[in-house]
Amino acid sequence: MAEATHPAHVEHYTSTGIDHRKILMWLFLGSECLFFGSLIATYQVYRGQSLVGPHPHDVFNIPYTSISAFVLLMSSLTMALAVNSIRLGNLPATRIWLLLTALQGSIFVGGQVFEFTTFVEHGLSLQVNLFGTTFFVLTGFHGAHVTVGIIMLFSLLFASLLGKLTPAQALTVEIVGLYWHFVDIVWIVIFTVVYLLPY
Amino acid sequence: MATVGRAVGVAPRPGFIEYLWSWVTTVDHKRIGILYGLTTTAFLLVGGLEALLIRIQLAHPESKFLDPNTYNQIFTMHGLTMIFLVVMGYNATFFNLVVPLQLGARDVAFPRLNAFSYWVFLFGALLLNLGWLWGQAPGVGWFGYANLTSVEYTPDLGTDFYVMGLQVLGISSIASALNFLVTIINLRAPGMSMFKMPVFSWMTLVVSVLVITAFPPFTVGLIEVMFDRLFGTNFFNPAAGANPLLWQHLFWIFGHPEVYILVLPAMGIVSEVIPVFARKPLFGYPFVVFSGIFIGFLGWGVWAHHMFAVGLGPIANTVFGITTMLIAVPTGVKIFNWLATLWGGQIQVKTPLLFAALGFIAPFIIGGVTGVMHATVPSDYQQTDTYFVVAHFHYVIMPIVAAFFAGIYYWWPKYTGRLLDEGLGKLHFWLFFVGTNLTFGAQVVLGFLGMPRRNYTYPAGLGWEPWNLLSSIGAFLIALSVLVFIVNALKSLRSGEPAGPDPWDGRTLEWLTPSPVPVYNFAEIPVVRYRDELWARKYGPHGERAAAAARPNPDPNPGREEVHVHLPRPSYYPAVAALGIALGFFGGVMLRPAEVGGLGPLGWVLVGLGALITLAGLYGWAFEPAD
Repeated sequence: MAEATHPAHVEHYTSTGIDHRKILMWLFLGSECLFFGSLIATYQVYRGQSLVGPHPHDVFNIPYTSISAFVLLMSSLTMALAVNSIRLGNLPATRIWLLLTALQGSIFVGGQVFEFTTFVEHGLSLQVNLFGTTFFVLTGFHGAHVTVGIIMLFSLLFASLLGKLTPAQALTVEIVGLYWHFVDIVWIVIFTVVYLLPY
Repeated sequence: MATVGRAVGVAPRPGFIEYLWSWVTTVDHKRIGILYGLTTTAFLLVGGLEALLIRIQLAHPESKFLDPNTYNQIFTMHGLTMIFLVVMGYNATFFNLVVPLQLGARDVAFPRLNAFSYWVFLFGALLLNLGWLWGQAPGVGWFGYANLTSVEYTPDLGTDFYVMGLQVLGISSIASALNFLVTIINLRAPGMSMFKMPVFSWMTLVVSVLVITAFPPFTVGLIEVMFDRLFGTNFFNPAAGANPLLWQHLFWIFGHPEVYILVLPAMGIVSEVIPVFARKPLFGYPFVVFSGIFIGFLGWGVWAHHMFAVGLGPIANTVFGITTMLIAVPTGVKIFNWLATLWGGQIQVKTPLLFAALGFIAPFIIGGVTGVMHATVPSDYQQTDTYFVVAHFHYVIMPIVAAFFAGIYYWWPKYTGRLLDEGLGKLHFWLFFVGTNLTFGAQVVLGFLGMPRRNYTYPAGLGWEPWNLLSSIGAFLIALSVLVFIVNALKSLRSGEPAGPDPWDGRTLEWLTPSPVPVYNFAEIPVVRYRDELWARKYGPHGERAAAAARPNPDPNPGREEVHVHLPRPSYYPAVAALGIALGFFGGVMLRPAEVGGLGPLGWVLVGLGALITLAGLYGWAFEPAD
C-alpha cells in the first residue's frame, strides 16, 4: 500500500514500528495459550478419574519420553541459531540450522507415533477410559502443532534453496521461530503435568 | 497492481460476471464490510422469522402450530442465528466499515485475511443452517449442554451441524479479531496515540482481545463433543467417570465474555453517535474507555453465574454473585457519561440519536437491572429457567440491535453517499421501540408468573394467556419495523438525498473522506493532533471558531484525478481456503452413519477434499505477491 511513486520494497508505516506479521504471531500464540490451557485443564479435571485401566503408570516410559522431550528442547536452540544466521546474512548456515530443527521436530513426532503405538498395544485407546481420551487428544493436538511447524520449516528450507528466502526475509524466519519456541514451551508444560507430576 | 486513478469512465464497463467476481476477490475493507452487512441482514430476517414462529406458537395455550421437536430446533436456531450470525455479523460489519477510516488507515493490516474471515463466516453460517435440509437442525439450545449432545441422546445430525458450524464460525471470529487487533495497534494515523483513538475503535480492540481469548476454550469444548460423537471418546460420558459439568464450564467461560463481545461494540457506537448529535465532546472519555476495558476484564470472572442452580456450593455462588454485581459499576459509569454528554448539549433529534439514546440506553438499563437481580443467588434460584431470564437477555440484546440501527442510520451515508429518510427512520424507531417493550415487558411479567422457558406450549388457566398474546403482538411490531427499515434502505439507494462528506457535522476521521468513500480511503494519510480531530479542524481545538465561521470540511483530495495509491491486489485464494474449511467440516458431519443421514466412512472423502482445497488455497495465498 505504499505510494506507487516509491520503490516497491519501501517499509510499510506502522504505529509501533513493529511489523504487522510479528504482532499477529504474538497475538495468535496468546490465543493458542487458551487453547492448550483448556485441553490441559480437561486433562487435569479427569486426572485419576478413570474407572478402568490402563493407568498412566502402566504405560509411561519416562526415560524414553524424556529423551524425545530433550530433542525437542534442543531444536529450540537450533531454531535460534537459524534466526541468528539469517540475520547475519549467512544463508548456508541458515539452511543447516533449519534442516536440523526440522529433523529434531520430526524425531519428536516420530517418537510420539511410536509411543502411541506402544500404548495402544498395552490396551490404551481413545475409547477405553478417561486417561486414554484426554491423553491422546491433548498430546495429539500438540503433535499436530509440531507437525505444522515442521511443514513451515521445510517450506522455508525449500524457499531458500529456490532463492526465495534471502536475508531480507529474516523476519519470516523469526516469526516461524516464535511459533516453534511456543510449541516447545507448551511441551514443557504438558510433559511436566502429564508425565512428571506423580499420580 | 490495481492503481486507482480516475478509473470510472475510462475503463470499459465491466460485465455482470466480472462485477460479481470483483466482489468474490475483493480485499477492500469497505466492500467486505458491505458483504458482512448484507449477509447479516439476510440472517436477521431468518432469525426474525424463527422468532415469529415461536411467538405464533406461544400466542395461545395448547397450540398445535409447531410440534415439540420442530419447536426445539427453531428456538435453538433463533438463538444461534441471532448471537453468532446477526450480532457478531453486525459487529464485523461495523469493524470493517468504520475502524480503518476512524484510524486514518487505507485498509486493515491483512486485507486478504480479512476477506478470508468473511468467507469463512458466510460458509460457516450456511453450514450451521444446513441441517434444515435434513429436517435436523440443532435442537439442543444454543448452549448445547452435555450430555444431551451425546450420540445416545441426540443421534440426529442437528448436534453435528452445531459442533461443526460453530467451529468454522470460531475460525472466522478469531481470524477477524487478530486482524483488527493488529490494525488498531499498528495502523493508527501518525499522531493518534491510544487515548486519541475514537471510542468505537477502542471497543473493537477490547472485543478483539475477548474473542481471541474466549473462543479457544469453546473450540476445545466443541472438539471434545466432536470426538465423543465421531470417535467414541469419553469426555462427557458419565459411565466412564466423566463429569458433564466440564462442558458447562468450558461453554460459559466462553459464553460470558461472549456477552461482552456482543455488547461492547454497541456501546462504542452509542459513544460515537451521542456526542455528534449533542454537539459536545464525549463526557469523561477516559472513564468510558477504561469502563469498557474493565467490563472486558471482569467478563472473565463471572461465568459461573450461569450455573448458580447447578449446585457449585455457597462459596462459589457468592464469589460469582459479587463479581457479577461489580459489572454494574463500569456499566453505570458509561450510562452516566452518555447522559452527561447529552446534558446541556444542542441536541439534534435525528434517527441515529433516537436509536442510541432511547433505543439503547433506556431499555439497556432494564436489561442491566434485571441482570443484577439474577446476580443475587437466592433470587436467581426463583428466576432460573423462567421467562424472566428470557426477558432479561432480550432487554440486553434488543438495545444492541437498536445501537446497530443507530450505527446504520449514522454511517449509511458514508458508504452509499445518500441519507436514509428521517420520516421512515422515526417510524422505524417507534415501531421498534414499542414492539420491543411490548414483547419483552410482557415476558418480564410472564417470568414472575412462573412460565418456564423452552417449553413448546403451556396449559390454559394459569393467567399467562394475555401476556403471551401481548408478547406475540409486540414481536410482529418489531418485524414490521424491520420491514420499514428495508423500505427505507431501498428508497435511499434509489432516490435518497445526497449526503455530502460530512452530513452530521461529525467529529472523527471517517467524515474527512468523500461519500461514498474512495477505494483508497485517504488520498493523504491525515496527521492527528486531537481526540476529535475533524471537529478541531473545523471549529478549532477548543471550539473557538463559531459555527458560522467554521471552515468548510476541508476536501482531503482536491486533485482527485491525480491520486495514485498503490492498493493490495484482489485475490480469490481466501475464498478458496474458506470453502475448503467449510467442506472439510461438512465432511465431519457426514462421518455420521447412514441411518441418521450421514455417509459413514465415505465422509472422509469430503474431509480429505476439504483439506486439499484448503491447502491449495493457503499455498496459493502464501506464494502470490501481496501487493
